[in-house]
This record gives sequence, structure tokens and C-alpha cells, in this order.
Amino acid sequence: MFEGKKVMCIGERDGIPGPAIEKIIESAGGKSILSLTQCFV
Amino acid sequence: MEDQGLIKKTVDEHGTEDLMVVLGTPDAESAGIFAETVTIGDPAFSGPLAGVQLGLPVYHVLEPEVKEAADPQVFEDEVSLMEISLDVEAISKEVRRFREKIKQE
Repeated sequence: MFEGKKVMCIGERDGIPGPAIEKIIESAGGKSILSLTQCFV
Repeated sequence: MEDQGLIKKTVDEHGTEDLMVVLGTPDAESAGIFAETVTIGDPAFSGPLAGVQLGLPVYHVLEPEVKEAADPQVFEDEVSLMEISLDVEAISKEVRRFREKIKQE
């Protein structure tokens, strides 16, 4: 599903942060081209 | 808002072909807002993606499709605790709604 795909990983501090999404996507063969961790205070 | 600018810049640089979005939002409401933003445009009509229909395939990282595609050990290490504490079903349902909306268009 992610093989050969470019992926924008949009994480959130109160949920799953960007770098964790990135690791999962890369383990699935995708390439992360943007990783964000939003923070709403 | 700043992040919407980054998303738009990334799309401008890479194009939308073979491009996907994976979210890590903590609830169905915020998942829906972001899924809407990257498919049919910013629902608040206030950021750089207002009126911009990117139409990108969007998933939440805890959706079954993502879990199946990922390395089980990496998935376990990174998000297994959040998988237990968040309402995965409600989040998945909301994100799927926007994914299906762009498929129909």
C-alpha cells in the first residue's frame, strides 16, 4: 500500500507524533517527505 | 496554520501523484478536520489550504490498513499503547469518510 509512495506524516503531540508515524510508514515501504508534530495548547 | 503552509509547499514541490497523508491525531474530531483539510480543503476557511482541493488519499496511522502494511515489531514499539487508549474505530470511520468522498469525485 505504501510501497513507492511519498507520505506526509502529520502527527500530534497528544496523539501519535510525526517521527513515530514516519518509522511505521518506512517499515511499510513508504518514503516520508514531511513529518510534523502539531501541538495544541 | 503554519503547518498548512508546509503541507501546501510540500505538495507544490512534489505534486500529488503517489502522494499520501498519514495522520496521528488523538480523536475522531481532529482526525476529521485534518482529513478534510487534505482532501477537500480547510474547513475553517482560514489557512493556506482554504478552498484548495488536494484530494490526497488520507489514512490514520492506527487504521487496520496501515497496521497490516507495517512491520509488526515497529508498529508494536511505536504505537501499541496509543492503539489501546484511543478510539481507533471512531477515528478510522471519520478518516474513511473523507477518503471515500474523494474517490467518488
